[in-house]
Amino acid sequence: MKHLYTWTAILLVTVASVVGDVLLSHAMKQVGDVHHLWRRVGVWAIVARVLSNRNFFLGIFAMALAFFSLLFALSWGDVSLVSPAASSLTFIGTAFAAKIFLHEKVDRRRWIAALLVAAGVALLAG
Amino acid sequence: MTFRKYLVLAGVTVFSAVGDSMLSYGMKQAGNISLHHLGSVIVAVFNPWIAVGIVFLLAFFAAYMNALSWADLTYVLPATSLGYVLLALIARFMLHEQVSLLRWLGIALISGGVSFVAGGPALTPHKHEEQSQTPESEAAGVTEIAGSGDPYQGMPSGVPYPSVKSAPSGAESSTDE
Repeated sequence: MKHLYTWTAILLVTVASVVGDVLLSHAMKQVGDVHHLWRRVGVWAIVARVLSNRNFFLGIFAMALAFFSLLFALSWGDVSLVSPAASSLTFIGTAFAAKIFLHEKVDRRRWIAALLVAAGVALLAG
Repeated sequence: MTFRKYLVLAGVTVFSAVGDSMLSYGMKQAGNISLHHLGSVIVAVFNPWIAVGIVFLLAFFAAYMNALSWADLTYVLPATSLGYVLLALIARFMLHEQVSLLRWLGIALISGGVSFVAGGPALTPHKHEEQSQTPESEAAGVTEIAGSGDPYQGMPSGVPYPSVKSAPSGAESSTDE
């Protein structure tokens, strides 16, 4: 029963994180490179830009969901299982989501990285 | 990739690992949360370990947003997954959790994945060009933004490109710094 709770929470963390990551990444690409904007318009203009972005808040909402799911998962499982499992499953899901929704060029190098991390997760969970 | 950008990625890594560890330690103190007593999640936030953990995760978030503004999501996530190694070290030596040989092997594989992705470019060309700009294209991009439908161009004092706004096009000279 404890395992079921833990893995359900991990799955919930994963889905919410993938959605949140994609939305936040999209939002920050809309805002633009922070390092250049910082020099050009200053930090408050950047904050204003971020805070007026709708995708940012949708992403925050998804991340908040992921965060509270993580709190549940952490209270039932070891941190060295829960956190890597959720984060790395998120990584795999994100590779697909980034390719589909953000149109990122996920080349062979990045897929191999995804597989290595996936294998690493399997071992961490076992 | 500048030194400052590597520093941001390091910040993402460290803040997330330390923050998660503090949350874990705090949640073990707070005890299991029952689905029938969801309110105890709110109470848990007042545990000092969880509170400080949340501060670390906020710092993580700021660094993460920073990184996402100039790099692909599929670059930032794996590049910062060295945090798992850090996490395992914290779990083993500070939280005294068991980290078996297989888990160490898993961590090694994850590290391998990190090295794979870290060797590639941070930002790949997207099909839909947003305002994600390389340094070289930024000056041109700014003119473009100011010229067309950018919601921020009407913002007052000190916010972007006042001189560009009035100029029609080809106003590169006014954006030079």
